[in-house]
Amino acid sequence: MEVLQLLVGGIASGCIYGLVALGFVLIYKASEGVNFAQGDMMMLGAFIALGFANTDQMGLPFGLAVLLAMATMFVIGYGIERTVVRQIFGQPQFALVILTIALGFVLRFVAGSIWGYTPLVLETPLAGRNLQFAGIVVSLSDIVTIIATLALTLLLWLFFAFSRLGLAAKASSQNQMAAYIVGIPVKRVHSLIWGLSGAVATVAGVLYASKGTIDPNIGLLGIKAFAAAVIGGMGSLPGALMGGILIGVVEPFASRYLPGEIGLMSPYIIMLFVLTTRPGGLFSQVRMKKV
Amino acid sequence: MSMLYLRNIETYYGAIMALRGVSLDVDEGEIVTILGANGAGKTTLMKTVAGLMQPEKGEINFLGDQIGGAEPDVVVRKGLSLVPEGREIFPNLTVEENLRIGAFTRKGGVRDDLDLVYSYFPVLRERRRQEAGFLSGGQQQMLAIGRGLMARPKLMLLDEPSLGLSPLLTEEIFDIISRLNAEQGVTMLLVEQNAHIALLTAHKGYVLEMGRVVMAGSAEMLRNSEDIQDFYLGRSENTQRGQQRWKRRKTWR
Ligand SMILES: Nc1ncnc2c1ncn2[C@@H]1O[C@H](COP(=O)(O)OP(=O)(O)O)[C@@H](O)[C@H]1O
Ligand SMILES: [Mg+2]
Repeated sequence: MEVLQLLVGGIASGCIYGLVALGFVLIYKASEGVNFAQGDMMMLGAFIALGFANTDQMGLPFGLAVLLAMATMFVIGYGIERTVVRQIFGQPQFALVILTIALGFVLRFVAGSIWGYTPLVLETPLAGRNLQFAGIVVSLSDIVTIIATLALTLLLWLFFAFSRLGLAAKASSQNQMAAYIVGIPVKRVHSLIWGLSGAVATVAGVLYASKGTIDPNIGLLGIKAFAAAVIGGMGSLPGALMGGILIGVVEPFASRYLPGEIGLMSPYIIMLFVLTTRPGGLFSQVRMKKV
Repeated sequence: MSMLYLRNIETYYGAIMALRGVSLDVDEGEIVTILGANGAGKTTLMKTVAGLMQPEKGEINFLGDQIGGAEPDVVVRKGLSLVPEGREIFPNLTVEENLRIGAFTRKGGVRDDLDLVYSYFPVLRERRRQEAGFLSGGQQQMLAIGRGLMARPKLMLLDEPSLGLSPLLTEEIFDIISRLNAEQGVTMLLVEQNAHIALLTAHKGYVLEMGRVVMAGSAEMLRNSEDIQDFYLGRSENTQRGQQRWKRRKTWR
């Protein structure tokens, strides 16, 4: 029984890591660099949802508040690419790393000065409700987290597989010059991808907030999500999700059954193990590119 | 008025001046070729016209509009598509996805255009569900041309379509280029190192050296020119002339 409960909880927190990891992968594919502010975008998304939803703030209905927060974060992500990231277009990869680390500090500062540094609770219709199946107790927020993550991943997959814009984004990440040649407005596609990853981060933030409190430092979870993205191979959306779930599941089990701090270290131990044994990531496609 | 004309185009890589005042004219319905040795600036010229590089000076006019310095997507929308050097396909997209993305700037009629491309390149239809990275060099070249066609161009820029292909495949590709010109009315600006086949296919040509146009004329006139024969067509000569050849200066200098 305990095992099952740990498993469901682990999958749910893994889904949140996975959603943030999806953001890493989206931007990695578009801008060929890592956005270390991804966790902070999740944090800001959660706070913006709180600003729309909580009764002592704007008090909008929860669903509407989440949609508005996603839209706001889309605009913020789009704007960050358009105004800041584009300036370093063509610079070496570490330029983007430094830039986004700085950006993370800025986002934390912005959230801190608007909502303060004391932990706040996002009022969700999910909080504190539990479901009981055959003797095990599962929180409603865990179930919703898992379902929402699967739905969002499916939507993203459909977007990249079938939409004109999704195909254009995929093409741009494979051969940027060719993308220009066929008339894809590559820079605008990059902005859109940053917007998209802002919206995805918001969903992750809201799901995170439905399990506890939020404060401007919750973005540090991004480091675990980064490990998840690396485990998944950095270039693959399903890989990122699976990497997140793997970490999410291993963590509580390691904490429960293994001595000391191994539980806390487990995401990074897995990451190092994957990097040394399968550098392309656990889910990298086994195929060679013919030249 | 010409469909495309360039006047005194100058393009730089940083401080390196790759085009030193190039002017040329392409009339509707023509196949125009640009000859020149490695490093002459042919690719730079194609990239400048297609909007991938910004000219520092000069004028590029396509169908009555100034397109110098315009974004590539604007240029494609106006009816100009580039088939770049080295094919530059999307390796992990399928053949058909590569073609579909060639029509990115348009809506509608994609199905008909796919059928048209497949009618010229039946092998692409056979392989339409395969990833493009697995095609052979010749097939990738066909895909690059097909992708360019999907934009329904009025003018097509082809940068060394014979690069790395066998003589037989080269002939096949040039045959299709001629047919596209005659049957679909696509005007062609064609860069080639293989001057022989280029001058047989084209109506007129320009010779580029060190970023300058050093010679221009009808294909027939260029074919008969001594300089072209010596330096680009590799005329087989008797030994005496062959030795003299090195002493002779090219007349255009
Ligand atoms: N990326 C680049 N950076 C600097 N110089 C370049 C670059 N690409 C080409 N060049 C220089 O510009 C000149 C023209 O090159 P290019 O247009 O590629 O010639 P071609 O296509 O005729 O072989 C050459 O001297 C080449 O060395
Ligand atoms: Mg070239």
